[in-house]
Amino acid sequence: MTAALEIDGLRVEYPRGEDGTFAAVDDLSLVIGAGEIHALVGESGAGKSTVGNCIMGLLDPPGRITAGSIRVASRSLDIATGQVEGLRPGRDIGAIFQDPMTALNPLFTIGRQLCEGMRHHLKIGRSEARAKALELMRAVEIPDPETRFDQYPHQLSGGQRQRVVIASALSCDPGLLVADEPTTALDVSVQATILDLLRDLASRRKLGVLLITHNMGVVAQISDKVTIMRHGRIVEHGASRQVLGEPRADYARALIGAVPRLDRKLHRFPVTETQNTAETAAQARLAGRVRGATDEGTDLLSLDNVGITYGGGFFGAPGFKAVTGASFTVKRGEIFGIVGESGSGKSSLASAIAGLLPIDEGQMRFCGQPLKMRRGQSVRQAIQMIFQDPYSSLNPRLRTGAAIREPLDFFGAGDGLTPETLFEAVGLPQEAAGRFPHAFSGGQRQRVSIARALAGQPDLLICDEPTSALDVSVQARVLNLLKDLRDRTGLTMLFISHDLSVVRQMCDRVAVMKSGRIVELEEAETLFTRPRDPYTRDLLSLIPTLDGLAPAPQLAGA
Amino acid sequence: MVRMLLSRLAQAMLVMLAVTALSFTMFRFVGDPVQLMSREDASVTEREALRDSLGLNDPILVQYGRFLGRIASGDLGISFRNQRDVAELIAERAPATLELVLVATILSLLVGIPAGVLCALRPNGVLSRLVQSGSLVGISVPTFVTGTLLILVFSVTLRWLPSFGRGQTVDLGWWTTGFLTPSGRAALVLPSLTLALYSMTLIMRLIRSEMIDILSTDYVRFARARGLPSWYIHFRLALKNAMMPVITVTGLQVGSLIAFAIVTETIFQWPGLGLLFMQAVIFVDIPVMTAYLLLVAGVFVVINTLVDLTYALVDPRLRTRGV
Amino acid sequence: MASTMKRLTRVMPPYVMVAAAVGLLIILAAIFAPWIAPQDPTSTMSFNLMDSELPPMWVEGGDPRYLLGTDNQGRDLLSAILYGTRISVMIGAGAVLLAATVGVSLGLVAGYFGGWAETVAMRVADVFLSLPAILLALLVAGIARALIPDADSVFWAPIILIAAIGINEWVQYARTTRASTMVEASRDYVRAVRIMGLPRWRILFRHILPNIVGPILVISTINLAAAVLTEATLSFLGVGMPPDYPSLGTLIRIGNEFAFSGIWWITLFPAVTLVALVLAVNITGDWLRDRFNPKLEGKS
Repeated sequence: MTAALEIDGLRVEYPRGEDGTFAAVDDLSLVIGAGEIHALVGESGAGKSTVGNCIMGLLDPPGRITAGSIRVASRSLDIATGQVEGLRPGRDIGAIFQDPMTALNPLFTIGRQLCEGMRHHLKIGRSEARAKALELMRAVEIPDPETRFDQYPHQLSGGQRQRVVIASALSCDPGLLVADEPTTALDVSVQATILDLLRDLASRRKLGVLLITHNMGVVAQISDKVTIMRHGRIVEHGASRQVLGEPRADYARALIGAVPRLDRKLHRFPVTETQNTAETAAQARLAGRVRGATDEGTDLLSLDNVGITYGGGFFGAPGFKAVTGASFTVKRGEIFGIVGESGSGKSSLASAIAGLLPIDEGQMRFCGQPLKMRRGQSVRQAIQMIFQDPYSSLNPRLRTGAAIREPLDFFGAGDGLTPETLFEAVGLPQEAAGRFPHAFSGGQRQRVSIARALAGQPDLLICDEPTSALDVSVQARVLNLLKDLRDRTGLTMLFISHDLSVVRQMCDRVAVMKSGRIVELEEAETLFTRPRDPYTRDLLSLIPTLDGLAPAPQLAGA
Repeated sequence: MVRMLLSRLAQAMLVMLAVTALSFTMFRFVGDPVQLMSREDASVTEREALRDSLGLNDPILVQYGRFLGRIASGDLGISFRNQRDVAELIAERAPATLELVLVATILSLLVGIPAGVLCALRPNGVLSRLVQSGSLVGISVPTFVTGTLLILVFSVTLRWLPSFGRGQTVDLGWWTTGFLTPSGRAALVLPSLTLALYSMTLIMRLIRSEMIDILSTDYVRFARARGLPSWYIHFRLALKNAMMPVITVTGLQVGSLIAFAIVTETIFQWPGLGLLFMQAVIFVDIPVMTAYLLLVAGVFVVINTLVDLTYALVDPRLRTRGV
Repeated sequence: MASTMKRLTRVMPPYVMVAAAVGLLIILAAIFAPWIAPQDPTSTMSFNLMDSELPPMWVEGGDPRYLLGTDNQGRDLLSAILYGTRISVMIGAGAVLLAATVGVSLGLVAGYFGGWAETVAMRVADVFLSLPAILLALLVAGIARALIPDADSVFWAPIILIAAIGINEWVQYARTTRASTMVEASRDYVRAVRIMGLPRWRILFRHILPNIVGPILVISTINLAAAVLTEATLSFLGVGMPPDYPSLGTLIRIGNEFAFSGIWWITLFPAVTLVALVLAVNITGDWLRDRFNPKLEGKS
C-alpha cells in the first residue's frame, strides 16, 4: 500500500532583512499511511501551518520551498510551482480550516459550495453533484441535509459549518486530508464530536490525515503518530502513545509537562526556569500591601440572584439575557473559578463585578457593602482585573512604566511601591519599565498586565481567561506566577476560564455555568472527582486529555 | 427584512425632512421675499398687505407646513431672475443633465470595475501599477482643468468635437434627447468624458481595495485549497462579494455626478440643471437654489433606498435575518 | 517627532520622496511668497497695464522682468501664482483645521459616550453625507452671497470659502474618529483604566486620542488636497476669491477666457501649479494611508 503523504527534507524560506533569509521550515520529513492520523504539533511560530500550506499549494509569496520533496499518493508535487501533472488540491488533497465561521463564503448556499468542487474536478452534472453532496452531508452527520442544502452558512451553527467544510474537503474522495487546527475555534462539546467524526472517516475511508494542532489533548485523543516541531525543525516524532508517554527530547518533555492535567492537581507546573530571588523578595514586599492577607476565610464578594441583560429597550424589543440568577460567595484568600463554554455568561459576570456592566437583577456585595456600577474610589481600587488578549490589554502608545505609574499615582500608593518593584514581583527585569508594549512577547505582556493590576493593591483580582491566548509553556509560567502571588500575598482571585484542566490546577472552589446559569458550585476536588450535574459530567468526559497516557510529571526539586 | 425596509424608509423620510427644513429656512429667511417681490416705491402698508397675503405673519410651523404642501403639489415657486415657474425650468433642463450623467455613469463603471479587478489580482504588474498611478493623477486633476484640456485638444486644435452646447436635439414631447442626432452624440463626448474621469478613478480604487481584502479571506483560501480554477474564484465568487460596496458607491456616484455636473456644465455651457443652479448661485436666485437642493437630495434618498434593497437581494444574511 | 520623520524618510519609496519634497517646496514657497515674489500682485501700484499679456520670457516677445509672463492686467504671473498658492493653501488648511476640530470632537464624544449625543451627531452626519460636497459648498457660498452684501471682499471671501469647504469635510473626521474611538474603547487597556475609575476626559485624551491620531493625520493630508481642489473649483466657478486677490482657481478662471485666443500661459502655469501641489499631497497621503492602515499591511 502506498503512503498518503511523504515529505522529505522540506525547507521553506522567507526573505528577511536586506538579503538574508529565514527558514520557517527546515529539513522536515514525515510519512503518513492510508487511514492514519498524523499530528503535527508545536507552539506558535513552530512552522506547522507553513507545512500545511505547502501541501495545499497555499504558500504565499515571498515564502518559497527551497529544498525537499512532497509526494501525495506517490506523485510528487512540483516544488517550484506547488503543482503537479494530474495532482490537484481539492481533488487529491482535502483541506479543513480553523474557523468554520470564515471558511465558507457567506453569499452562496451550502449546496452550491459543496457541489462546485465536484462539478469542477469530477466533471459531473448538477443533479449528480447534488445527490453526492446530500450523501456527503449524511456521512458527516448533518441533520436534515435536504433543507440544509439550500441554506446559507449563517443559518448553521459553528459545529455544523465545520461539518460542511469537512464534507466539502471529502467531496472528491481525496487520499489525504490536511486539517489545520480543525477544532480550535469550537467549544469543547462540539470539538469532541468533530474529532470523533475525523477519526471515524479516516478509518473507514482509508484517509491519511495531517492534523496540525497546538493542543496535546487532541493529539492524544485521535492521532496515531505525532511529530513535534520547534522553530521549523522536528524535535521528536513517533507513535503518539509513545511520544506522549515517554518523551525523550527535553523540549518535548517540557512541552508535555506544561499541559494542565485534568486527573490530578499539581502544586506548580514543572517549568525549566526557577524563580529568582529578586522576584521572591519583591513579592514578599507586596504581601503587606495587598489586603487579602487579613481575615482569611471571611466573605469578600457575594452575589445574590444576579441577572445581566444586553440591549433591548427600543420599541420594547427584549434584550439578550446573558446571566440569570447567579449566586455565589468568594472568600478572602481563595481562588474561585468560573468555568463554562463560550456564551455561558462568565465574562459578562466578570465585567459586572469589575463595574463595566450594569446588572438588572439581584445584588452584589463587596466587603459587606452593596456593590453597584457606580462605586467609590476605594472599591475601584480594591477590584482589579487582567484580561484575555495580551495584545489589546496594554496601551501601545504608553511605556509600560507609565502604564503602571498611572494607577500608583492615581490611587496614591505612596511610600516605596514603585513600578520597578512591581516588575520584579511579576518576574520582569526593572529595565522593562522603559519600553513600549510592542517590545514584549505575549507572556511578558500578560505579566505587565498583572503588575498594573497589582499597582492598585487590590483585594480581589479578576482573571478573565488570562492564559487562553498563550502557548502552553508560557501559560504554565504565567499560571505559576499567579499561584506564587496568591501564596506570598494571600490575594483573592476570581478565575474565569473555559479550560477545565486549567481551572482544576488553579482553583479552590468552582462554579460551572451554562447558558447564563450556574449549574454546579462545588469544592474543586469534589467537582473534578465526583461531578453531580450531568452537564459537568459531560464536559469532563469530552475534554481531550493526556490522562493515562503521559505519566504525571515530576516537579524539579520538589 | 420588512423591519429593515421600514427603518430605511423612516431614515429616508428623516433626511428629506431635514433637507426641506433647510430649504424652507433658505426660502423664508435668506433675503426678504417682500423686498424682492414688491415695487421699489411701495408704501409700508402695501408691503404689510403683501406680507399678510403671502402668509409671512403666520406661525413659523404653519408656514413650514404650507411650504411642504406646495412642494408636494409640485409648486416650487417663481424664479427671481427669469420670472418663470421653477418646476417648469427644471423639467426643461433635466433631460440634458440626466443624459450626461447616464453616459458618464456607464462609462465609469465599464472602465472602473475591470481596472480595479486587474489591479487587485496583479498588484505588482506593470499595467496595474500604471493604472494605479494614473488614478492618483485622476483624482488630483480638477474637473475644470480636464475639461479645458479636452477642449483645447479636441475642439480648438483638432476641431473634432464641439466645445459647447448639446448639438441638435430631438423633442419627444416630454423629453428632449441628444442621442438621436449625430451632432447631439458628438456634443456628449467631451462633457461625459470629463464628468466620468473622476468617478472612474474612485470606483477603480474602491474595487481594488475591496478585492484585495476579499482575496485574503479564509473562504477564498478555502476555495483555492479545493482546487477551484482561479478565474472561477475571482470572477464568480470574489467579485460577488466585492459587488456589495460597488453597489453603494455606484449609487452615491450617480447622485454626486448630478452635482458634479455643475462644473462640467459650466465649462461646456451644457444647458442642464447644473448650469441653471450655477447661475442661480451667482445671481442669488433663492427659489431655484432651493428647488435644485430638494431635487438632488430627493434623487440621493431614492438611490440610497434602492441601494439598500439591492443589498438585501444580494446578501442572504440580510434577507433571512430574524427568520 | 523628529525620529518619526527620520524613520519615515528611510522607508519612503523614491517617488513618494519626490512627491513629498515637491509638495513641501510649493507650500514653503507659498508661505514665504511676500519675501520671494518679485512683485506684490495685490497692490495696483506695482503693476502696469502697459505690460499686460506678455508671454513668458523664453518665448518671443517675452520680457526678462517677467519670468512666466504677465496676465491681462499686467501682473507678473509668477508673483500672482506665488500669492495665489498662498491663498489656496491657507484656505485649504483653514478648512481642514475647522473640519478636524469639529469632526474629531464630535467623533470622540459620539464614539466614547454613545447615547443620544451619538445618535444626533451621526444622523446629522448622514444628512450631510447624502448631499454631494460641491453642492453643499456652492449652497453655503450662495447663501452667504445673499446674506452678506460684500461677500466678494477680501475679508469675507476666505471666511466663506473655509466654511463652505469645512462643512463637507467634518463628516469624514467624525465618522473615522467615532469608529476608531469605539474600537479603542472596547480594547482591554481602556477597560483596565475604566475599572480603575480614571476620569473620562483623562481616558479620552491620554489613552484613546494618542492611539487614533495617526489615521486622523493621514486623512488630513488627503483632505488638504481635496480642500485645495474644492477651493479652486469654487473660485473657478466665480463664487470664490475675487480677481484682485486671486487664488489659483481665480487665476485659472481669468486665464481661461484668453486660453482659446492663443494666450495660453495665464491659465497653464496656475493650473500646473495646482495639479502639482494636489498630486504631491495626494501621493504622500496615499502612501501614508496604505502604510498605516493595518488592513493593508503585508500586502502588495
